[in-house]
Amino acid sequence: MSKEYAVIGKGKRRYDGREKVTGAAKYCGDLKFPNMLYGKMLGSPYAHAKILSIDTSEAEKIPGVKAVITAKDVPSLTYGISPARWDENCLCIEKALFVGDKVAAVACVDEETCYKALAAIKIEYEVLKPVLDYRTADAEDMPQLHEKYARNINTEIHQEFGDVEKAFKEAYYVRTDTFAGQRAYQCPIEPHSAICIWKDNKLTVYSSTQSVHYFQHYIAREFGLPMGDVRVIAPYVGGGFGGKLEPTGLEFNGSVLSRITGRPVKMFYDRQEMFQHNRGRHQGTYIITTGVDKDGKILGCHCDFRTDGGAYTSLGIASAYYAGALLPLTYEFDNYKFDNYRMYTNLPACGAHRGHGAPQPKYAFESHMDNIAKELGIDPLDFRLKNARRPNTVTPNAFIINSCGMKDCLEKAAELSQWRDKKKNGLPKGRGIGLGTGSFVTGAGYPIYRTDLPHASCMIRVHEDGTSATLYSGSVDIGQGSNTVLLQMAAEAMGYRYENMKMVSSDTETCPLDFGAYASRQTLMSGSAVKQAGEDIKRQILDMASNMLGLPPEDLDCVLGKIFSKSRPKVEPLTFEEVARRFFVLRGPVIAKGVYTPPRLGGTYKGAPVGTSPAYSFCVQAAEVQIDEETGQIGVVQAWDVHDVGQVINPVTLHGQVHGALFMGLGETLMEEVKFDDKGKLLNGNLGGYLMLTALDMPPVKNALVDTYEPAGPWGAKEVGEGATNPTIGCFRNAIFDAMGVSVNTVPLTPEKVWRALKEKNEKSEAK
Amino acid sequence: MSNVIIDRAGNKRYLVNITVNGDSYEKIVKGNSLLVNFLRDELDLTGTKRGCELGDCGSCTVLMGGKPINSCLMLAVEADGLEFTTIEGVASTNEIDPIQDMFIEYGAMQCGYCTPGMVLSAKALLTKNPKPTELEVRTAISGNLCRCTGYVNIVKAILAASGQEIPAE
Repeated sequence: MSKEYAVIGKGKRRYDGREKVTGAAKYCGDLKFPNMLYGKMLGSPYAHAKILSIDTSEAEKIPGVKAVITAKDVPSLTYGISPARWDENCLCIEKALFVGDKVAAVACVDEETCYKALAAIKIEYEVLKPVLDYRTADAEDMPQLHEKYARNINTEIHQEFGDVEKAFKEAYYVRTDTFAGQRAYQCPIEPHSAICIWKDNKLTVYSSTQSVHYFQHYIAREFGLPMGDVRVIAPYVGGGFGGKLEPTGLEFNGSVLSRITGRPVKMFYDRQEMFQHNRGRHQGTYIITTGVDKDGKILGCHCDFRTDGGAYTSLGIASAYYAGALLPLTYEFDNYKFDNYRMYTNLPACGAHRGHGAPQPKYAFESHMDNIAKELGIDPLDFRLKNARRPNTVTPNAFIINSCGMKDCLEKAAELSQWRDKKKNGLPKGRGIGLGTGSFVTGAGYPIYRTDLPHASCMIRVHEDGTSATLYSGSVDIGQGSNTVLLQMAAEAMGYRYENMKMVSSDTETCPLDFGAYASRQTLMSGSAVKQAGEDIKRQILDMASNMLGLPPEDLDCVLGKIFSKSRPKVEPLTFEEVARRFFVLRGPVIAKGVYTPPRLGGTYKGAPVGTSPAYSFCVQAAEVQIDEETGQIGVVQAWDVHDVGQVINPVTLHGQVHGALFMGLGETLMEEVKFDDKGKLLNGNLGGYLMLTALDMPPVKNALVDTYEPAGPWGAKEVGEGATNPTIGCFRNAIFDAMGVSVNTVPLTPEKVWRALKEKNEKSEAK
Repeated sequence: MSNVIIDRAGNKRYLVNITVNGDSYEKIVKGNSLLVNFLRDELDLTGTKRGCELGDCGSCTVLMGGKPINSCLMLAVEADGLEFTTIEGVASTNEIDPIQDMFIEYGAMQCGYCTPGMVLSAKALLTKNPKPTELEVRTAISGNLCRCTGYVNIVKAILAASGQEIPAE
C-alpha cells in the first residue's frame, strides 16, 4: 500500500495452486504405505455411562482383524491444553462422557472389516444420567462428570479492571441485555486422519493437523518418548479452522495399533465421527451491562457469561478467557468486569473455532451497542466512532495496541455502504442496514503449552547453483496460503524471486520448530523468522558480491535476483545465481536461520496471557438485509468488509481469507447449528442436516482495506484469517433490528425467530 | 449385468470394465464397492476426494459422460461399461485447462479439498454453456461445498475461464 515492494504486496499465484487444481495434492487420507492396515475407534452410544466390561473376543475372531485395543492397552496419562486441565484419555477408562467418546480401537486389513470389528465389540455399560444443559449443569441434582471439578465447573473466570460499579453510578444510562448462541462446528471438508508407523523405536505420524509441533509434543509425552524419536508430518491439510489443532485420539491409538501389529495403520473419521469429536464453537449465554454518558461514551461494562464446554477441556480454557478478553479491543473504556463459567456437559467437547471464543460474545456486544445507541437516539455509526479505539492505546486488561485503523474502517465502511445517505433518506420497507466491529490477535503472546521455546523458527538454503532456494519452516499451510506468503517474504528479504523459491513445511524432522496454524499467528510470527533468515542470506550474498566486485557491501543491494551498486549505476550488475554459486564453491552452503519470540506482554492478573499479542487486526462489516414480513425470511442484499491488516503480503490470499471468514460467520449467523436429542445423541451429524451456505446462498461481498503500518509485524503486517468472523453475527442482527425494529437474541438468526419476534411486536402494538 | 465370480467362500464378486480418463480397466469388485473407493483404491486416482460419503459435499464429483455425479453414490458394479473423467483426466498433459489456470489466478482454492470437484462441475458447465451467467455458475457448483473461500473467487475464476470480464476486488 504505502510502500512499493518487489515481491510482497503482490498477488502472486499460490505455491500449491497447480498441485491442488490438478488433483495431485496428497492429503493424509490419500497416502498409502506397503502393508498398511486401516484403523477405527469405537464411540460410546451413551452420553454418560460407566464402562462395566469390554469383551473383544468376538471381534478378534473376525478374519482380517489384526488388533483390538481398549484402555488397558494404551497409556493412561491424561492430556489437554494445560496441566491444570488435563482431563482426556486416549481411550476411556471408567466412564464415557459423551455419545461418541472413544472406548476401543481396531486395526484391520480394510475399512469394511473395521466396521464389522467395531460392531462385534461387546461393551456392558451402566447408563448414568447425562448433564445436557450447561445452564443447569451446576444444579445440586446433577451428576458430576469429572471427579476433580465440583458442580461441573470446568473454568471459572472473574476479572475486574477499574471500578465498574462506580462507572455505572456515574452513568447517564445503564442497560443490561442477554443474548445466547448455538453450538457450531468448523466442518473442514477434509475428514481427520492419521497414519502411524511405529518401527525400530521410531514413531512417524502423518496427520491432518494444524500444528505438527503440538502433536509431536503430546505424542512423545503420552508414550514417554524423546521428542526426537517422534516425527509428525502434515501433508496437505484440507482446512482446519481450529478443529485440527489438538489431538483426536486417532494418532495415539493408531500409534499403539502400529506398535502391536508392526504395520503402518491409517486411522480416519467419517463425517458423523467428525461431528462427534467436534471441538467447535462453544454455545453460551451472554449477559452484558454497560453504562454510558449522555453522549454515548462508554464508561464501564460488565460481561457475565456462561458457556457450554462439553465433556472435556479441549482447548476450551483458552476459549473461555478469549470470550471476554477480546471485547475491549474495538472500543475504548476504562472499567471492565468479566465473569465466565465454562461448564462441563455430556456433549462433545468444544474448542478453538475460527475467531476463538470471540464471535458469539462479540455478537452480543455489538447487538447491545446498537440497543444503547437506539435508546440514546444516536446513529450506530456515530456511536461507534465516538468509542472507537485509537492507535497506541492500552486496553483495560493490559493489551498494548500499536497500529489501529478502527476509525478509518468505520468511515470507509460507511462510505462503501452509503450509510449516511441510507440513514438520511431511509430504506424501502423491510430493508435495514447494520454494522459490527471486530479485532483479533496476530498470534498468541504466549505458547500453546508451557515451554520456553521460541514461537517460530526457520532455515533457508540456497541451491548450490543458485537457481533456487528452499525455505524450511515448521509452520502449517492448512489452506490459508501461509506457504505462499512466507515464500514471498523470504524472496523479498533475500532480494530474490518468488518464482524460484521452494518450500518444505509442517514436518518436525526436516523443519525447525514452529507452533503452527492457530491464533492467526503465522504471517507475523513465522514471517518474522523468515524475514530474519532471508536478510541473513542477503547479507551473505552481498558480502560475496562485494569481494567479486571490489565494492563495499553497504554500497550493494539485491532486488529480484539482481545485485547492483547503489552509487555506481554503470557497474555491471551480478546475478544472485552467479554470486550464490561462487559462494558455494568458496565457502560451502548458503544457509541462514531465523527465529522469533514475542516480547513479554500483558498484565499480572489471573488469565492475563490469553488475548495478548504483538499486534491486533481491526475490521468493520456492514450488511444490508431485506426481511420478508410474512415469513421472516432474511435476504442479504450486500455485505461489506473493511479491514486493517497492516502491510498486505498477498492481496489475493488476503481477500480470500476475508471472504471465507465472512462466509463462516454468515453460516453461523443464519443456519449452522449442531443439534442433539434429549439423550445427548447428535441429530444432524452430516452435511445434509448441518447446513452451510452453498454458492447460491452466499451474498455479494465487497472488501476494502485501510492503510496502516504495524511496528511489531514483518514489513508492518498483521493477521487477517480470523478477525473477519468477529463482526458478522452482530452486524446482521443489527441490520435486522434496523429493518424491522425487532431484536433476535439467539443465534442462528433463523426466519422462524424473526417471524416470532415480529409477531410478538405486532401483538404488543395491537394490545396498546 | 457384469460377470459374476464366486470365490471359494461363496462370496460374489463382479468383473467390471470401467473407462476412466480414456483408459479402460478390467477389475474384480465387491458388490458394495463404491465408485469413489474404486477410483481411489483400485486405480490410485486420489484426486477424487471423500468428504461425506452421503452425496452432500460434492468432493467426490466425477464426470460420467460429461455430466457431474457424486461418485460416492454410485456402486462400482453400476459403473460397468461406462466412461468417466476424474480430475486427473482434465489436464492429461503438462498443459492445464483454462478453468484450472483461472482457479490459480483468482485464488479460487484455499485448502484445495473441494477443488477437484469444483473444477469438474465447472468443466461440465462450460462444456455445455460456454458463456454462463453468474447465477448459472453458482447453480452449477451449488452441489459442491467449499468451507474456505465463500465461493467468491471460485465464481470469478469460472466466469474468467469463460472469457468474461471480472471486476477487480
